[in-house]
Amino acid sequence: MTRWTADRPFLAVLALLLATAAALPLLAGTPLEMSRYLANAIGQLAAFAVLALSLDLIWGYLGILSLGHGLFFALGGYVVAMYLLKHSFEVTGTVPDFLQFMGWKDFPFYWAGFGAFPYALAVAVVLTTLVAGLFGYVSFRSRVGGVYFAIITQALVYVAMLLMFRNDTGFGGNNGMTGFSVMFGWPMGTSGMITGLAVASLLVLALVLAGCRWLVGSRFGALMLATRDDETRLRTLGYETLRLKLAVWCLSALIAMVAGMLYVPQVGIINPRLLSPELSLEIAVWVAIGGRGHLVGAVVGALLVNAIKFWLSFAAPEVWPFILSGLIVLVVLVFPNGLIDLARLRLVRPMGPRRLAADVGEARP
Amino acid sequence: MSLTALLVDGLTVRFGSFHAIDDLSLAIDYGEVRAVIGPNGAGKTTLLDVISGITRPKQGRVLFDGREDITGRSEAAIARAGIRRKFQKPSVFEGLTVRQHIAIGAGTGFRRGPEGPALEDRIGEVLETVGLADQAGRLAGELGHGQKQWLEIGMVLASDPRVLMLDEPVAGLTDEETARTAALVRALNRPDRAIVVVEHDMDFVERIADKVTVLHEGRTLFEGPMDKVRADAGVVDVYLGR
Repeated sequence: MTRWTADRPFLAVLALLLATAAALPLLAGTPLEMSRYLANAIGQLAAFAVLALSLDLIWGYLGILSLGHGLFFALGGYVVAMYLLKHSFEVTGTVPDFLQFMGWKDFPFYWAGFGAFPYALAVAVVLTTLVAGLFGYVSFRSRVGGVYFAIITQALVYVAMLLMFRNDTGFGGNNGMTGFSVMFGWPMGTSGMITGLAVASLLVLALVLAGCRWLVGSRFGALMLATRDDETRLRTLGYETLRLKLAVWCLSALIAMVAGMLYVPQVGIINPRLLSPELSLEIAVWVAIGGRGHLVGAVVGALLVNAIKFWLSFAAPEVWPFILSGLIVLVVLVFPNGLIDLARLRLVRPMGPRRLAADVGEARP
Repeated sequence: MSLTALLVDGLTVRFGSFHAIDDLSLAIDYGEVRAVIGPNGAGKTTLLDVISGITRPKQGRVLFDGREDITGRSEAAIARAGIRRKFQKPSVFEGLTVRQHIAIGAGTGFRRGPEGPALEDRIGEVLETVGLADQAGRLAGELGHGQKQWLEIGMVLASDPRVLMLDEPVAGLTDEETARTAALVRALNRPDRAIVVVEHDMDFVERIADKVTVLHEGRTLFEGPMDKVRADAGVVDVYLGR
């Protein structure tokens, strides 16, 4: 792994993220001020990029494909939605729509405490760790991997979707939850709040990107790659790969959860569609297009695909599935490493493993 | 110190109705290089799989160092006990550099292994031994077949194992590379280390082995020095004569 100080694509993307985060509030009030729509879109894109990083960490660096990461994304989203509704209720006295639909007078008992953000955050962290930990332990212990693991994760997210579609669970059912009016005591929907959430998303993205970069470049990161390349080989060298996989799997789930917590306040609604298998599949598509096994690739892939999607949802929503499918075919047939292959065509400075040998001054074939 | 490094006692491994190993017993001493030969399907690799914890036997046990029962332990625990193995197909981590391999091999699981100068010395020493000192910064995926074989030997050697098992270390190598590997295996022979080599190349076996075990259909057909093996009518019939 190239030293991070010499990893130019990483430094460039990190600088761009931080510059955008600084520009959003600094340009406010000037003629260059970004529209609320644009600022909100940037914030949502950043949340998707965090989600893509979470998948790239386990798929690209550990070789475990999850087609159910929407589960952890939605878990963070649901918990933050509960916080927003409870907090809004405590400040304004507005009873959430879904309670009225159900004819319930009060919040179910398990909503107690959700008006306090630290409690909600703690619940999200504990729940995500428990669900991911239990599922990961059972799967990895039984040495379930590859396509079988991917299928089970897909089934898991589907089961969660069916559960959340039920109206009597107290989480909004098929209508989901919306009507978030207050966050941290401030009204939602104002320019300041939109900018603030977008800046927070960009900063979290920068932090997660830097953190992942540090992790994959460390000794632990070398062991992750070794697990990906030949797990039996590593195990017979004295390493219990179960622990390593479980730790990275839980970390990845937590990052996806954080992405969900950033996304839902900005989109203003959560419903079980976040748990649809399609979304979980799409995350893998972002990563594949950007370049699996390259953190910057995952970020660029998520930003690019979703930016096109945002734009097309106005311009021509009906062509989006064709564009997405076309991109997948292109990646599978022509660019197996996604945009990284384009980079190797010298459109962008090359990065990744091949750089390494050059860095230590070895003769190249 | 006990003289017996590995004691295989009444081992039976079955895959469905196929007896890969059938009530096999053998003892391998410290200080010897033992070759295990036999036709395809004789159970050679399965034997290594059982010793390294990848395959669970139906019956029997494997004792390490004369007393430690390692049957049924995890691969990682067996490796940490001091038994390391090179696989038949060169198994290296394509995305890691040569020196990263040796560092991983020298480590002791997730517990702190050698670090800093001690680790650097060890890496240098191992790379020198396997002849890859000038390749330290290269990615394993870029190495030639022979270099991958040596890299894997270096990786399993880095922890200074008591038992070293090499599954077909010269498969696909040139004559010159085979000669180098033979010299390497002889150089690794020590009074406190047992080396087990599974191989088809009889000339190579003759050069390295102190003693040869011939397996056939999961049982020991013959055990003894190589010249006796070549002279044995049974061995010639099932294996060498083909």
